[in-house]
Amino acid sequence: MLTAQFLLLGAVLFCIGVYGVLARKNAVMVLMSIELILNSVNINLLAFSVRHGSVDGNTFALYVIAIAAAEVGVGLAMVLLIYRNRRTIALDDLSEMKG
Amino acid sequence: MIAADLLVAQNVGFGIISLLMIVGALRVVTVNNVVHAALWLVIVLSGAAAQYLLLSAEFVAITQVLVYVGAVMVLFLFGTMLTRARIGAESDLNNKNWALGIPVALLMLGVMSYVIIDGFGDERLIENPGEMTPIPVQVISDDIFGPYLLPFWALSFVLLVAVIGAIVLARKD
Repeated sequence: MLTAQFLLLGAVLFCIGVYGVLARKNAVMVLMSIELILNSVNINLLAFSVRHGSVDGNTFALYVIAIAAAEVGVGLAMVLLIYRNRRTIALDDLSEMKG
Repeated sequence: MIAADLLVAQNVGFGIISLLMIVGALRVVTVNNVVHAALWLVIVLSGAAAQYLLLSAEFVAITQVLVYVGAVMVLFLFGTMLTRARIGAESDLNNKNWALGIPVALLMLGVMSYVIIDGFGDERLIENPGEMTPIPVQVISDDIFGPYLLPFWALSFVLLVAVIGAIVLARKD
C-alpha cells in the first residue's frame, strides 16, 4: 500500500464534499456534505498515523468524530428552528444578513 | 512472500472499497431525493470504516460505525422527516449557481493531487505490511488520558454545550 493512495482518496472525497457544500440548497444536504469532508480528513489522519507508527492519529480521528457528532446535533437543531420559523430550509431564502 | 500476498489483498480491498465510496459520495451530492442521499451516505461512512480497518485502526472503525452509521444517520433521517412535508424526489435541491461548484472542486482536486503525488510519489505506507498489527485500545486510551487529556476535557465541554444548545434551540416556546 502506498501513502499516496489513501491521501488521494481523502482528496477526492474532500473535493466531492466541497462541491456538495457549494452546490446544494437544502440545509440538510449541506450538513451531509460537511460529513463527507470530515471523513476524508479522518482517512488522512489514520494514514499518517500508520506512516509514522504513532497512535496520535487515532486519537485525533476519535476527537474529529466526537466534534462531528456535536456539530450535526447543533446544526440539525438550527435547521429545525429555521424550518419552524420560516417553513423552508432553502439556504437561498435566508438572505437577511446580505449587505 | 506472505507479506507480498497480503499487500495484493490489501490493495484489491482498497480499490473495491474506495470505488464504492467515491460512487456513493458522488450520489450523495447529485441525487435529488434527500432520503436516498442519506442512504448513499451510509455506504460512504461504512466504506470509511472498512478503510480504517485496512489501516489497522480497529477502535476508530468501531467508533465510526457506532457514531456515524448509528447515531448521525438517525439524526439526519429525523431532520429530513421533521423538515419536509413529503418524502420523495425534488427538483430544487440545487442552487441556481450550482455549476460553479464543479470547476472549484476540480481545481482543488487538481492542486491537491499534484501536491500529494509530488510529495509522496510511490512511497510505501509501511515498509513491511505483514508487520501491521491492530492498535490496542489500551494504547489509544493511554494517549487520550495522557498527553491529550486537555483536548479531551475541552471536548467533553463541547459535547455538553452542544447538548444544551440543541435542547435550547429546538424547544417549542
